[in-house]
Amino acid sequence: MNVRDIFETMDYGPAPEDASEAMAWIERHGGVFGHFIGGDWTKPASTFASKNPATGKLLAKISQARPRDVDAAVKAARAAQPAWARDAKARACALYALARMVQKHSRLFATLETLDNGKPIRESRDIDIPLVARHFYYHAGMAQLMDDELPDRQALGVAGQIVPWNFPLLMLAWKVAPALAMGNTVVLKPAEYTSLTALLFADLAREAGLPKGVLNIVTGDGNVGALITEHEGIDKIAFTGSTEVGRIIRRATAGSGKSLTLELGGKSPYIVFDDADQDSAIEGLVDAIWFNQGQVCCAGSRLLIQEGIAEDFTRRLKARMDKLRVGDPLDKCIDVGAVVDPVQLQTIEGLVKGSGGEVYHAACEMPKGGSFYPPTLITGLSTADPLMQEEIFGPVLVSTTFRTPAEAVELANNTRYGLAATLWTENVNLALDIAPKLAAGVVWVNATNLFDAAAGFGGVRESGFGREGGWEGLLAYTKPKATARKLPARSAPPSETTPADDAIDRTAKLYIGGKQTRPDGGYSRAVLSPKGKVVGHVGLANRKDLRNAAEAMNAAASWSKTTGHLRAQILYYMAENLSARTVEFAARIDAMTGRRGGKAEVDASIDRLFTWAAWADKFDGRAKGVPIRGVALAMNEPVGKIAAFAPDDAPLLGLVSLVGPAMAMGNRITVMASEPHPLSATDFYQVLDTSDVPGGVVNILTGPHAELAPQAAGHMDIDAVWSFSTADLSAMIERESATNLKRTWVNHGRAHDWSDAAAHTFLAAATEVKTIWIPYGE
Amino acid sequence: MADTVLSAATKAAQLLPQVHEPRNPGMELDLDLVRALQANTSAIERRAATLPGRRSVKKEYQAAWLLRAITMIDLTTLAGDDTPGRVRRLCAKAANPVRADLLDALKMPPVTTGAVCVYHDMVETAVEALQGTGIPVAAVSTGFPAGLSPFHLRVAEIEESVKAGAKEIDIVISRRHVLTGDWQALYDEMRTFRAACGEAHVKAILATGELGTLRNVARASWVCMMGGADFIKTSTGKEGVNATLPVSLVMTRAIRAYHELTGHRIGYKPAGGISKAKDALVYLSLMKDELGDRWLRPDLFRFGASSLLGDIERQLEHFVTGRYSAGYRHAIG
Repeated sequence: MNVRDIFETMDYGPAPEDASEAMAWIERHGGVFGHFIGGDWTKPASTFASKNPATGKLLAKISQARPRDVDAAVKAARAAQPAWARDAKARACALYALARMVQKHSRLFATLETLDNGKPIRESRDIDIPLVARHFYYHAGMAQLMDDELPDRQALGVAGQIVPWNFPLLMLAWKVAPALAMGNTVVLKPAEYTSLTALLFADLAREAGLPKGVLNIVTGDGNVGALITEHEGIDKIAFTGSTEVGRIIRRATAGSGKSLTLELGGKSPYIVFDDADQDSAIEGLVDAIWFNQGQVCCAGSRLLIQEGIAEDFTRRLKARMDKLRVGDPLDKCIDVGAVVDPVQLQTIEGLVKGSGGEVYHAACEMPKGGSFYPPTLITGLSTADPLMQEEIFGPVLVSTTFRTPAEAVELANNTRYGLAATLWTENVNLALDIAPKLAAGVVWVNATNLFDAAAGFGGVRESGFGREGGWEGLLAYTKPKATARKLPARSAPPSETTPADDAIDRTAKLYIGGKQTRPDGGYSRAVLSPKGKVVGHVGLANRKDLRNAAEAMNAAASWSKTTGHLRAQILYYMAENLSARTVEFAARIDAMTGRRGGKAEVDASIDRLFTWAAWADKFDGRAKGVPIRGVALAMNEPVGKIAAFAPDDAPLLGLVSLVGPAMAMGNRITVMASEPHPLSATDFYQVLDTSDVPGGVVNILTGPHAELAPQAAGHMDIDAVWSFSTADLSAMIERESATNLKRTWVNHGRAHDWSDAAAHTFLAAATEVKTIWIPYGE
Repeated sequence: MADTVLSAATKAAQLLPQVHEPRNPGMELDLDLVRALQANTSAIERRAATLPGRRSVKKEYQAAWLLRAITMIDLTTLAGDDTPGRVRRLCAKAANPVRADLLDALKMPPVTTGAVCVYHDMVETAVEALQGTGIPVAAVSTGFPAGLSPFHLRVAEIEESVKAGAKEIDIVISRRHVLTGDWQALYDEMRTFRAACGEAHVKAILATGELGTLRNVARASWVCMMGGADFIKTSTGKEGVNATLPVSLVMTRAIRAYHELTGHRIGYKPAGGISKAKDALVYLSLMKDELGDRWLRPDLFRFGASSLLGDIERQLEHFVTGRYSAGYRHAIG
């Protein structure tokens, strides 16, 4: 085309980014890469091809890690960790150097990312790489502040990190920056499709003077991920990827004592109310579902439109889709690039073909060859349609309509996932009412896919647990400095028993939904003192009782919406009523334990309730300093429904130490009382009854922990399980929790110091941080 | 010399697409529609901020686009010290905006700017100077830039300019009608101005920098289109803030929706502050993406600019020679 022709057609024409520098870097490595271990490259072995998805051409050969490579990487990381953890200020300097390194080589990183992944160069250049630099800057600051601001926390040790192919370098940054900042060393595996920017990062980090062994990169497929997951020398696993693999990792690490965070899939709702700026909401959709070809875990992939505007909105949306430019991702004038791999393309094609809805493919020009899929909208699907429920992970939007704000919330939350949500309205009342009601870790108001290092990111439900970014993200890479001693084994029950003194039988029932109920199974057992004296009887709860307790917790949902002030008053009232029965509770503890510490434990329990009453209205959220005109609110929301196994070593104090924080933060809880000493818990029914605690907020079961633990951990309608049981339940709970990926907090056979409220640890366990982004401006 | 100027320009005028878009007759004022309009500022700003990064036009494409941009410039002088001599020089530049050797190298026939834009007193001079070029004269009117002179004088000013030969009238709206939400008054004003223009096309200058909010920009755009505007234009160039990308997004979205509703295409003219070739390309891609290729012709898009042409000339010379150009190598207007 000559100038005169173009003058008439006004076409865009090609605007390719020059890839020669990136190709030259690959060339300098001979087009083949080993692993980066202990600051050096290993000899390439068992290589596989890494291809450019836009052309199908070979970019480089990458090594498949063998067990001995992973061993070597873990060993190098372990060796480097003590020195790395010693000096926070030195780490701040190193992270600053990494941030500067990313900025200095930003175009090289961006070009290589686009070559390897297929995302448009605009995105890698303007979004991914700047966010990478931002993440290292932010966490350089966190290293600098660690000694002052987190004096009670320390590094976990060696972190094994497995990142996905959709944001290869950005996900590396999200994982590596906080890990290194807190003094951990890292063994990271990039996704097999997209290892190159991680290797470039390692190459340049070496130049930037990052100490040997601090960052190790091993490459390969899921088998390498499994090697990392199961490696005994690793203290923490951080994974971003599919829910399916997340579940496997949860099961594989169960009982190993490894700390775990999972950032998994989503089917995030995108809600448009009838007063929204529709054109802006449509542009938002472009950034939600056609960003990175829709291969985004938090993609707004489920469009919910208010019925009155649906027709108009859909028409406008289709017109906008037709304007999207699909093609060579290296072209600076392209909106939608290539899907990462032909396999992924086939998956998308298959899912859309099977759809029962009305499929609209954007009428944009499609490139020949390469893994390209047109922007697609599917309308007319019912909520039951698999495409409304399953993650497609491609440029495919599904939509349906709603009538009222309440119905919007109902539809939005009608999913197993809970990663992100978007809502559009010009009504501030509506926005601030709806945002907290959405089951999601991140909510964007009148915006979408905003990210920043200062703002936590992560999900609820089957979208995983843990947050990346912000202060909350540091919890995933630190542990308390205090080391827990091993929990002593339960002593064998006395062989000879003597009957109780009471003339009238007292058999404690279960406490479910604010009522004392008989155990479903119709069994009970005697509670013995250490000397074998019968001090009472308790019912034996079974899975049906647990089910009933879960339903009672559901019925008490409104507790989560009460004010902190109200919850504080109730907790104070509980303390008051417990105080009135000090003598009785102290005697009971002494009788069960055969010791004389009852009075002190009751006093400590009253104090503990005061502490949680105090916290009920004081665990403030934060307004994050994100680089937009607007606020990102970090709201501490209740986790939901908690099942907790109480400890034996403090029959009453252990109980209130669990109930207190759960209630204070607005959770509902079902506690399995200490097995040998359950009577403090059953006595506590009357404290609950007399303290205005709504039925179902606290439920107490007595029964065998080992039998109830898999039921609780496997229950799909329970959000978290805590275990301080002396019984060896940790592995089982962690394994069973994979069913709905509920959060778990288990003792791994270690004792907890009940003399300390450990407020911040319990606060973190009892809450989820929801980040609500609210850009503003008129 | 003068003859060559004229004949080149005549040829250029013949090259312009001879499209006859039916004029916007306007419609009844629909207050429900106007009041329901929304414009989310932060979302619009975010979209606008990414626009320059989303589109890139390179090499021969860039040269062609820049030439196209020239054909859509309202080459403007609106200064107190304008004289007939100054205006004649500007008109000559409008007829020959690009050095002939550059056009030859680009294998392009002559091009002209979209119009010459002056105050009423300079209309006659400009019409005379542009005779035979096909380049229309646009007159700013209605008490430009503030629009606060007596209403009957503002209407009379339009009539005088039309009588003097102006083919396009750039009117300024009464900002106070927008700021007080008196949409009926704004509508009536627009209707009256449109009627006074007769056959001349009318561009409604919203003075967006003085309207306070983007929502007001959206509403004022709609009311002016309903009142029969042929073009909506951002600014006089005299406000503190003139054409911006966020404002342009709001106005182009309004144009798109008005077209969907009525079938009539309204022109868009960003004015003030667009002085770089690169900015011009961003505006063209905005028009292409938001409205479509039809809006990349002078009957539906204009730049209100005075120094933009100089930068485009330098870029064209760079494309032709591969060397960066200097301002003095191109004739001033």
